[in-house]
Amino acid sequence: MANEKGRFMTWVDARFPLTKIWNEQAAEYHAPKNLNFWYYFGSLALLVLIIQIVTGIWLTMAYNPSAEGAFASVEYIMRDVEYGWLIRYMHSTGASAFFVVVYLHMFRSLLYGSYKGPRELIWVIGMCIYLALMAEAFFGYLLPWGQMSFWGAQVITSLFGVIPIVGDDLALWIRGDYVVSGATLNRFFAMHVVALPLIIIALVVLHMIALHEVGSSNPDGIDIKDQKDENGHPVDGIVFHPYYTVKDLVGVVIFLIVFCAVMFFAPEMGGFFLEAPNFEPANPLVTPDHIAPVWYMTPYYAILRAIPDQFWGVVAMGGAIAVLFVLPWLDRSPVRSLRYRSWPSKVALFIFVVSFVVLGYLGLVEPTETRALLAQIFTVLYFLFFLAMPFYTRMEKTKPVPTRVTK
Amino acid sequence: MIKRILLTLTLFSSASAFAAGPAVPVDKAPIDPHDTASLQRGAQVFVNNCMGCHSADYMRYKRIGKDLALTDEQLLDNLIFTSDTPVGSQMNIAMRPSDAANWFGIEPPDLTLVARVRGADWLYTFLRGFYQDDNKLWGVNNTVFPDVGMPHVLLSLQGVQAPVYNDGEIDLTLVKPGILTPDEYDVLTADLVNFLAYMGEPTKLERQRLGVWVILFLLALLIFVYLLKREYWKDVH
Repeated sequence: MANEKGRFMTWVDARFPLTKIWNEQAAEYHAPKNLNFWYYFGSLALLVLIIQIVTGIWLTMAYNPSAEGAFASVEYIMRDVEYGWLIRYMHSTGASAFFVVVYLHMFRSLLYGSYKGPRELIWVIGMCIYLALMAEAFFGYLLPWGQMSFWGAQVITSLFGVIPIVGDDLALWIRGDYVVSGATLNRFFAMHVVALPLIIIALVVLHMIALHEVGSSNPDGIDIKDQKDENGHPVDGIVFHPYYTVKDLVGVVIFLIVFCAVMFFAPEMGGFFLEAPNFEPANPLVTPDHIAPVWYMTPYYAILRAIPDQFWGVVAMGGAIAVLFVLPWLDRSPVRSLRYRSWPSKVALFIFVVSFVVLGYLGLVEPTETRALLAQIFTVLYFLFFLAMPFYTRMEKTKPVPTRVTK
Repeated sequence: MIKRILLTLTLFSSASAFAAGPAVPVDKAPIDPHDTASLQRGAQVFVNNCMGCHSADYMRYKRIGKDLALTDEQLLDNLIFTSDTPVGSQMNIAMRPSDAANWFGIEPPDLTLVARVRGADWLYTFLRGFYQDDNKLWGVNNTVFPDVGMPHVLLSLQGVQAPVYNDGEIDLTLVKPGILTPDEYDVLTADLVNFLAYMGEPTKLERQRLGVWVILFLLALLIFVYLLKREYWKDVH
């Protein structure tokens, strides 16, 4: 290789391990050759992160983070800034796209047991990213300073108030005021554009370092490093660059087609991505008839509402997210992939996905008695998926795992 | 304590009239964002009848001119009524919010984004849904906006409608004709709603036009990217 390198790269490599990093992370990083559709969403999440950062920088140039000017400045971006509408729709569509991609990415992990050893830390770091992403979305949602921005933030910050003893002071400390106000908007802006992006980028780097240390899993959930050729390379592995860079490029273009279809032809996505009440400026004196978080938070919101007691509701909501962190230690199956597990695991995953979707719907609509009961049932099912996992994964029969990856 | 109550209210409130979907079915607004003549008429209806009380603070006259094919002169002659207002200015009004709140009990909302908040169909039904109700301050009520604080500004055009209570629903009949026939009034309100929908998102047509080209480009790119992938993956077995 060295003799192929130009003088410039030789000069750089003597001072900075550029070629070494490139080889380790891409050109000589071996990934299993059987990665399927579900493996596109990692690189797509990175793409959406970049879209959000770049559009966010441009939005910040015209946005005014004050209670008096925020709403008007968003409309200024939508009307008077050249292509401001495009940048803003990219950012608002990107927020929802981020969660679509991340949810599918997480589902992949559940499907093929990617979170199991030795990839527990990749999963835990990923969950930290998910948590930071929810915080990022929550802070960002206040910035347009519409009615739903204001009242959504009001409800969520009030949740901290139910914590015993310190709750009210904590809520006050988070808001910087007794109700959501300009002070809250300013600090949320700081969190949204500086603190959380830094945290997310750092976590993404850690996520990828951990991934490249142990290597990608695959739909068969087997270790490709167990079968190596005479050069010490996994026989079922192919180098990431160029194989997966060109393959991911196909995924990127298909994703962009879907993304642009929404962004250009349905940026409000029927009220799911941009809610109608948010086109009305924040008004502390008028409560909207129906306050619901954006769709990606609603499963947890439904769990919160399912519990009749506020304090335990908040505990259940927190628990629903916290339990995800310990998933690698709840799964006692000797195999990773669902392909080699039996019906208990398959049924459990199916019920979990249905619960998540149904809870998401229930968190979006007005509560009625029937819906409250449904929310309680599916909250129980949601938790059962995790809490029963040590038992059904240990007891079920597994199929023999192949030594080489299958098609 | 108050915060607890507020939290309880917002988290556990049961269905209210609006949130469960409109209590009264709304009519489909026959609007067409490509119909420039309709939009121009709607703009005129808006500045003549709505802008006495309602501002459109985020919209500029100049932008209407650009999008609806009106020259600066036409804007000044037909849409701008104060002599010192430049065409580049936003569509503000002179009425003080505090006065308005005294007169109407509520501050008339800015209408720039009303079509995005309420939806065109709701607006179309609202504008045609005023009926006589002598118990109200302005002598009118509305089918989709009960106890509305606004007088029926277009009364002289539409005429007076009386309610016919029909199994919980309110049907309206015209008891005193206005200047316009019912069909003409429907066209006028449709024009106005068309304009309000345009004003809510002036970039809508540009967005859709650009979107077609972007997606066509991506589809073409997809072919090449796919062929590239297939070429590289030939040697993976």
